[in-house]
Amino acid sequence: MLYDLLIAPFHEFEFMRRALAGTFALAFGAGPIGVFLMLRRMSLIGDAMAHAILPGAAIGYLLAGLNLFAMAGGGLIAGFVIAVGAGLIARSTELKEDASLAAFFLISLALGVTIISVKGTSVDLLHFLFGSVLAVDDPALLLIVSITTVSSIVLALIWRPLVLECVDPGFLRSVSRAGGPAHIAFLALVVMNLVGGFQALGTLLAVGIMMLPAVISRFWARDITRMIVVAVGAAAVSGYAGLLVSFHASLPSGPAVILVAGVLYALSVIFGPFGGLIWLAIPQRHLEA
Amino acid sequence: MTAALQFHNLTLGYDRHPAVHHLDGAVERGALLAVIGPNGAGKSTLFKGIVGVLKPLAGQIDLHGLRPQDIAYLPQAAEIDRSFPINVYDMVAMGLWHRTGLFGGVDRAAREKIEHAIAAVGLNGFEDRPISTLSGGQLQRMLFARLLLQDARVIVLDEPFNAIDAKTVADLLDLVRRWHSEKRTVLAALHDIQLVKANFPMTLLLAREPVAWGPTAEVLTPENLLTARRMCEAFHEDAAACAVPPVAA
Repeated sequence: MLYDLLIAPFHEFEFMRRALAGTFALAFGAGPIGVFLMLRRMSLIGDAMAHAILPGAAIGYLLAGLNLFAMAGGGLIAGFVIAVGAGLIARSTELKEDASLAAFFLISLALGVTIISVKGTSVDLLHFLFGSVLAVDDPALLLIVSITTVSSIVLALIWRPLVLECVDPGFLRSVSRAGGPAHIAFLALVVMNLVGGFQALGTLLAVGIMMLPAVISRFWARDITRMIVVAVGAAAVSGYAGLLVSFHASLPSGPAVILVAGVLYALSVIFGPFGGLIWLAIPQRHLEA
Repeated sequence: MTAALQFHNLTLGYDRHPAVHHLDGAVERGALLAVIGPNGAGKSTLFKGIVGVLKPLAGQIDLHGLRPQDIAYLPQAAEIDRSFPINVYDMVAMGLWHRTGLFGGVDRAAREKIEHAIAAVGLNGFEDRPISTLSGGQLQRMLFARLLLQDARVIVLDEPFNAIDAKTVADLLDLVRRWHSEKRTVLAALHDIQLVKANFPMTLLLAREPVAWGPTAEVLTPENLLTARRMCEAFHEDAAACAVPPVAA
């Protein structure tokens, strides 16, 4: 019974196994990136970047049809151009990063939807925006896993400047020039992980597997390393449970994954040991010291 | 005495408006120098110039061969994001940046140094505490521990004693005096005139323009302080280009 409920779908169907491997890989790549986005007060930047990759993917689609590498390559290029452009404008003008990205991503979104509608149908548009975990094939899986691998390695390399630039930017600038390059590399990682997630979840929901676990982690840990462990765990659990829900209830898989993460988020807001609402409701006596 | 730092007609500022205007002079090696002046006088700006965060609008700072790692910098506490989930130990360990760099590990000898620095500022037992739980005084102690680890020849402190209680100030001043006795050069932006008179032999009084620079007793006269206070803080949007010609270096 439990076997039928929890394991059989993955045992019996190859596409479910691939989808599970894909979401786990996404969890390992996107989870830590989401935590840093949140700590750098850039939670909504992921959303903006996700829209920004749309025209690139759309041009890839226009040139080569529903070809994985054309769309991923186009998405990567568009994302990098916009991340670097917005980053440079933010660092050299009065505009803050969020404002300069907002300008870029709105233009990108309009451009992307226009390009798709020139050639494609509204079904194509839905595929772009919401993806399909169950359609992840071997090349797509390979792409996602490669992105996760590169992302983990690069994140390890830029970890220190990234942390220090959040806590004490003045000190970092006095000891190292790594802050700027680390920031650009980090934005590149955001783009890469979104392109990875785009295959499975579409441009709109790819941000979900990045940000929701990160926000959840804040309620369960007060130390960045533990937060990242929690975020990866929450993303993986959402992927697994979401796929099961989608399989048993015949729901679309991407939204199911993100909705499970949403349920975990609600539980964390209420029961999380750090700042959960329940601690406001239960009167607790203050401590001796 | 030889100079540790020398300013040549130095102008630092933002968006072409000077915050430090035509500063000339030298900080001698091993000096204990207080930089005082009203808010907006250019103290933080000067320090940012010294540590290389801000490029001069004109003139130059001669570091006499000091490398970046020879200068340790304590930014104003207000610039620190205290909600960031990092603990005291990791924050202090960042003081070893020039030895560990971006990826270098922290070995046993380094760990001993870190623990020693934490003990020296009286924060034993706080190693695993998130910085969000520290009081203002404890935060400043932690930052001084990080300075200890940097082991630099020049130490630049931007308002180190703001909103800090007397006991903590006394403890941290002990560290400053220790640095002075070790012949390190210490510059500190301060507001407490009594504290400067009691502890700092040299003073630079700044109000965008340098007002006076020399032995503390000669600088901190009522006339000089009044002059500094009168200097206008506001930028003029339509200020003309400065008429003083740039001096060739």
